[in-house]
Amino acid sequence: MSTIPASLKPGSHAADHGHDEHHHEGHQLFGFWVYLMTDCLLFASFFATYAVLFMNTAGGVSGKDIFELDFVAVETAALLLSSITFGFAMIAAHAQKKGATLAWLLVTFAFGAVFIGMEIYEFHHLIVHGNGPQTSAFLTAFFSLVGLHGCHVTAGLIWMAVMMIDVAKNGLRPRTVTRLGCLSLFWHFLDIVWICVFTVVYLMGAM
Amino acid sequence: MSHSDSHAFEHGHGDSHAAGHGDVKSYVIGFVLSVILTVIPFWAVMDGGLSKGATFATIVVMAIVQIWVHLKYFLHLNFVTEDGKASSWSFIFSALIIVMVVGLSVWIIYESNAMMMY
Repeated sequence: MSTIPASLKPGSHAADHGHDEHHHEGHQLFGFWVYLMTDCLLFASFFATYAVLFMNTAGGVSGKDIFELDFVAVETAALLLSSITFGFAMIAAHAQKKGATLAWLLVTFAFGAVFIGMEIYEFHHLIVHGNGPQTSAFLTAFFSLVGLHGCHVTAGLIWMAVMMIDVAKNGLRPRTVTRLGCLSLFWHFLDIVWICVFTVVYLMGAM
Repeated sequence: MSHSDSHAFEHGHGDSHAAGHGDVKSYVIGFVLSVILTVIPFWAVMDGGLSKGATFATIVVMAIVQIWVHLKYFLHLNFVTEDGKASSWSFIFSALIIVMVVGLSVWIIYESNAMMMY
């Protein structure tokens, strides 16, 4: 029973009326967290597929031939830097500093864009050299898994752009801060998925 | 009254507020730890000095520790606040399901592969 938060128990709202806004925020963040957990399962099934298929190269290239670790290290650095700058954006948002929030979001967006730009370059490079997703089961699984993560990051960038417009136009209302909180969970979650991607796909592939 | 002011004097909530959002210090600690935990596995693979088994163990352990660092310092999962407990337990449940989905799939397919081929 102790593991059920008071904010989830029915009737707790009446008990402390003054905290409504905060509890509302807690509900939304927890709801979004549960969505992220289901997203985890989607990624897990893609990881399982990759783990099963990565040796089936159909006589084509394997991970050892195509992965460039120094390139991946720069991608990783861009994503990790974007994580901490988003953290600073959230601190600024909770302190109601509009200018600082927008500035940090812009920096985060730039790092995210660098990451996606590098990933598109990598995919393009592979495809023009005849190593597209249709070449082998390994490459299909690789493009699916890394592409799924890339799609999530792209969605995060679009969301971030919308939030920047919202903050610039309407300021940091409680509801806007809650939405930024959801986006920060999404963004940090994607960084965790990337840890699994660079470990399982790139590092193990290049070993 | 601003958002942060309204929580400052509500003691119980002020605590959960800080634990729920983190401060500059926690983000910087998380970032520094993450950099270290990223550099070590990349170095282990790119340098190639370690044996294959040792390299494999290093990158897996570093990944697990780094995931924990991200959960603690960036996502602020905890067992202190009520919301933190709910989030932490839902994560642990998901992790269990993931270990079963990925681990058992890999086990089954590798075993069947081994029986078919050899």
